[in-house]
Amino acid sequence: MSQIPVELVKILIALVAVAAFVGLNGLVLVYLERKVAGHIQRRPGPFEVGPHGLLQPLADAVKLIGKQLFTPKNADGFLFWLAPILSFMPVLLLFLPLPFGPKLTGMNLNLGLLLILAFSGLNVLATCLAGWGSNNKYGILGAARAVSQSVAYEIPLLLSVLAIAFQTGSLNLSEVVAGQGSWPWQWNFMVQPLAFIIFFVSALGETNRAPFDLAEAESELTAGFHTEYSGMGFGMFFLAEYANMIVVCSVAVALFLGGWNGPFFDGAWWFLAKVYVLLLVMIWLRWTFPRVRFDQLLNLNWKWLMPLALLNLLITAFVTKLS
Amino acid sequence: MAEENILTTGGHHIEEGLVHLQLAEDAMDICRSMSLWPMTFGLACCAIEMMACGMARFDMARYGAEVFRPSARQADLMIVAGTVTKKMAPAVVRLYEQMPAPKWVMALGNCAISGGPFKFKNQYGIIEGVDKLIPVDVFVPGCPPRPEALLEGLFEIQQKVSGKRWWPVPEALQKEKF
Ligand code: SF4
Repeated sequence: MSQIPVELVKILIALVAVAAFVGLNGLVLVYLERKVAGHIQRRPGPFEVGPHGLLQPLADAVKLIGKQLFTPKNADGFLFWLAPILSFMPVLLLFLPLPFGPKLTGMNLNLGLLLILAFSGLNVLATCLAGWGSNNKYGILGAARAVSQSVAYEIPLLLSVLAIAFQTGSLNLSEVVAGQGSWPWQWNFMVQPLAFIIFFVSALGETNRAPFDLAEAESELTAGFHTEYSGMGFGMFFLAEYANMIVVCSVAVALFLGGWNGPFFDGAWWFLAKVYVLLLVMIWLRWTFPRVRFDQLLNLNWKWLMPLALLNLLITAFVTKLS
Repeated sequence: MAEENILTTGGHHIEEGLVHLQLAEDAMDICRSMSLWPMTFGLACCAIEMMACGMARFDMARYGAEVFRPSARQADLMIVAGTVTKKMAPAVVRLYEQMPAPKWVMALGNCAISGGPFKFKNQYGIIEGVDKLIPVDVFVPGCPPRPEALLEGLFEIQQKVSGKRWWPVPEALQKEKF
């Protein structure tokens, strides 16, 4: 019998833990989203299903599992069902290099940041396949939008991340976090406020969240790329969206907001608390801003975010070289 | 002109399950009844009442039914809110057939029930009752029905799905019905 490598077992355990984490947080986020939406519109939101509507996401999940699965006529069956799986599976991988706590990392990689940036691109492919495979005009329009949007917003995102990488000289998320202090004024976002803002705005664009949710714009494209998906196919896209939100917020926290560093007690709770604050900001933005037009979306990116990110990068490089 | 000439009526086809587990099916039914997502779909003035139902004062979200899905593939409940004209009828049938099973239909308002104020001798424009086209689960009368009535209709469907009335019956109804 050959030995099972320890590293493999570790990765497997981490993956299972991550899957549980994503599932749990997906439920919590669905609840939060609907509750926050309700309160923003001066209504209670889900209230009667379980105490304060706590069981609502569970009921939704079970119902989605129990719905009929449906492949449209003339759709490409293989691509059609590959897409939801492809959108969800890579997300699990994205959680591995995230430093949740001083010791709590799935895989301590030297190029962790690069891994996240590389694999998050698969989500666009899944969106594209979903739109293409479902043989639906709204689907294909949504997919086309998603691709041009993601391609555009990836660049300022990368540039703002690069500024931090220049400054700290590392692509290892744990090291970046360890380089920041416990108090808010010792965190990277004090040194790089512009990069933080650019990162957050482009992250909204990357995850297809409102006000940039043009890929599924309900008022014009029915439901965009997932128009034809019923039941769990739709559920997978949903779950992937929430998981992606958690990933970008975690990266933002690790890079800019001190990760697990916090006043008095360092640890995973600070990380989670900060991630949830950012997630709440995302939900808040979604329910208070109208959707932008497509030309506005691209103008904002190419005319503002891109040049600013470049400028920021140049200044960072210059200052790093000098000091 | 008879409706049969221009329209095919919508069907509802579910295959029987291979295994039946009573407990699991009951749990499933409760979950289904607690998350009835309606379709974003309004035909006439009754749709305004339906919108009011999602807003602050009446808030269908309390019962988990505020997720109006624009795509028929993700909806569970079709609220036929308004007058079904003969022009619109094929679209209604098609939307119904696009919804994946299990699905339910609520006919909201007199128009959807029987043609309402537009029903008169020799009228040629509307379908007199949406139940001529698709199977309807609950009829909610009124012109337009108040949002409370729509909520009551929703509870009625929940009862139909899970076999139990979940919320207290309002006093006015208690005298009438029970
Ligand atoms: S029932 Fe009355 S309120 Fe409703 S659609 Fe018909 S005319 Fe309008």
